[in-house]
Amino acid sequence: MTTTSAAVEVNARSIRRIAFSHMLGRWDVRFSPYLYISPFFLVFGVMGLFPLLYTAWVSVHDWNLIGGQGDFVGLENFVTVLTQGYFWNSLRNTFSIFLLSSIPQVLLALGIAAVLDFNLRGKTFWRMGVLLPYVVAPVAVALIFNDLFGDKYGLINSAIGGLGLEPIRWHVDVIPSHLAIATMVNFRWTGYNALIFLAAMQAVPRDYYEAAIIDGANRWRTFRSITLPLLRPIIIFVILTSTIGGLQIFDEARMFDNVGQGGASRQWQTLTLYIYELGWNQRNFGRASAVAWLLFLIIIVIAVANFLITRRIAGTADRKLRTARKA
Amino acid sequence: MKRFPRTTLAVTVAGAASFALVMSGCSAGAGTEQSADKNVKLTVATFNEFGYDDLFGEYEKANPNVTITHKKAATSNEARDNLTTRLAAGSGLSDVEAIEVDWLPELLKYSDQFVDLTSDDVKDRWLDWKAKAATDADGRLIAYGTDIGPEGVCYRSDLFAAAGLPTDRAEVAKLLGTSWDSYFAAGKTFAAAGTNVPWFDSAGATWQGVVNQIPNAYEKKDGTIIATENPEVKAAYTSVLDASSTLSAHLGQWSDDWTASFQNNGFATMLCPGWMLGVISGNAEGVTGWDVADTFPGGGGNWGGSYLTVPNQSKHQKEAQKLASWLTAPEQQLKAFASKGTFPSQVDALKSDELLGATNPFFNNAPTGQILANRAAAVDVTPFKGEFYFAINDAMQQALTRVEDGTMTPDQSWAQWTTDVKALG
Repeated sequence: MTTTSAAVEVNARSIRRIAFSHMLGRWDVRFSPYLYISPFFLVFGVMGLFPLLYTAWVSVHDWNLIGGQGDFVGLENFVTVLTQGYFWNSLRNTFSIFLLSSIPQVLLALGIAAVLDFNLRGKTFWRMGVLLPYVVAPVAVALIFNDLFGDKYGLINSAIGGLGLEPIRWHVDVIPSHLAIATMVNFRWTGYNALIFLAAMQAVPRDYYEAAIIDGANRWRTFRSITLPLLRPIIIFVILTSTIGGLQIFDEARMFDNVGQGGASRQWQTLTLYIYELGWNQRNFGRASAVAWLLFLIIIVIAVANFLITRRIAGTADRKLRTARKA
Repeated sequence: MKRFPRTTLAVTVAGAASFALVMSGCSAGAGTEQSADKNVKLTVATFNEFGYDDLFGEYEKANPNVTITHKKAATSNEARDNLTTRLAAGSGLSDVEAIEVDWLPELLKYSDQFVDLTSDDVKDRWLDWKAKAATDADGRLIAYGTDIGPEGVCYRSDLFAAAGLPTDRAEVAKLLGTSWDSYFAAGKTFAAAGTNVPWFDSAGATWQGVVNQIPNAYEKKDGTIIATENPEVKAAYTSVLDASSTLSAHLGQWSDDWTASFQNNGFATMLCPGWMLGVISGNAEGVTGWDVADTFPGGGGNWGGSYLTVPNQSKHQKEAQKLASWLTAPEQQLKAFASKGTFPSQVDALKSDELLGATNPFFNNAPTGQILANRAAAVDVTPFKGEFYFAINDAMQQALTRVEDGTMTPDQSWAQWTTDVKALG
């Protein structure tokens, strides 16, 4: 009796033990993925979501950089900012610089990637070469480019002066200042985007090209009809990221002159520079937060619009490719 | 239905786990040091060059219970960002924080965040205006003065000679005179000689000199903004821009073009505080002819200079005050002057032979110590700088630039400035 009861007990215990370790195993399978991915969301929660919500809280208050929270003012900060000329001016500058940088950047990057995709001698050298500007800190880039874009003693104006032409007033006129800043942005990001495109191009199955060449297609035709359509998802990705980055241009514009406020008439003051001026120069965190939120909303609207448009284009292109392959 | 709670649990567990991870990472840095009677660890935050590097060792030797950690920021802007951020956060400041006179006004509004450093030991230690600028409305002295920037006029004697003007620094001082009108008139004489070299660097730099002689340029003592209605400001604006239209090189100070112009005969004179001498000799390396005249238009002028404060956050306020007091004593400031050329603000230091005997070979061996001491004594106005001084003056600088670069007429630019100032409130 005693032995059997003991055996039963032992048996029950081992069953329980099996059951528990089983359960652990099941938990492991079921919950571990969440555990592994959770650090990102926690860090995002602390570093991204919380500041976002807190900024909204600040934007409806009087808020001084040092003095801190003041009275609740509702939407007054938004109204003040929206009725100030500098907000709309900086919005215009942001879009102008963004378009002047993003469009040539994506096109150039595509071109460079296509060239790098050929069988070049010293492949790695060229590929690393295009990435080098990305490694250089933007502030250092600005220092070098400021030597080029000096109004009186800059290299470009010296060269233009040598040809007997009027010097370009880089720091006075609106469009030249935007061009100069866009050049710095492009210098930094073109190579980076080119490498992303290159990676995608290398993933294109080579037999497509062989088949096309046998059919008598030239380089340009294969690029247009095979490479581009298959690159759509990556192009969408690059356009999206450069949109988000382009609307937040700060370093290059801030470093464009020694004052860092975007010019005496705010010729090249971007939205982020405007936020900085409100927050750190005027110490009005309430208004700075209001602009930050407006910028956030603008970026969301543009990103969604971008996504819809590019998806549309991508959709039609995919269909075209499919029908082309069938034929 | 059944799966739902489990997922929630998993997320909660995962959340708690990583949160604990994050927290344990944080707590390591926040080790608190308690105030012990015997051993005191003091941190001192400065920027650029205060010339204190050797002095800390000397102090530690004399006070064996004190250990000093020196945190040096590269630029004063960096130090300002650091100070304001930590002041706002309520923790993390050093026991002794160095500040620059430009951001002193904005800190005076929050003077209750700093220890009152008033003490009999330091009574009358500084030039009157230096100490007055660091005293708040309740009469609390929140900062000990370190150095100052008394301004003279630097000039190119070779360009003066080419224009047929006197080159000797005493005669030049007489030529430039003591008023803005005489300074601008000398410029017109210079321009008439046809050297094709502008008289001064920019309207903005000249404006700094003029506005610092107006006691209440932008704000009344109670903080009311009077900038746009103040006739003195409007008159100064008109006179500086009048002069600038024919005499200025239109080079914004510190811009790349401005720096490059030192090698290109960019301009013949500039208003120069003591610390600017080093900037000029650096930018104009290889150029001969620079000299300093012992005069300043419109009376004396001071540009820049720093202070030491003890924030309330400090856990060793008494010890920190003692150290700040020692560092800003005349003897120590003279050592700092010898090592890095920071010009002392202490009355006794200004009388010392060591200082008065100092000369500068780049500026034709000018007795710069004596000249700058005279210039410091000539400062008779302490301009009131309130909470908005920095922002209003910044907007004014841009207003002047808009006229200089031709994007606006003086009237348009003034109107824009008025709008900008109104938007600040």
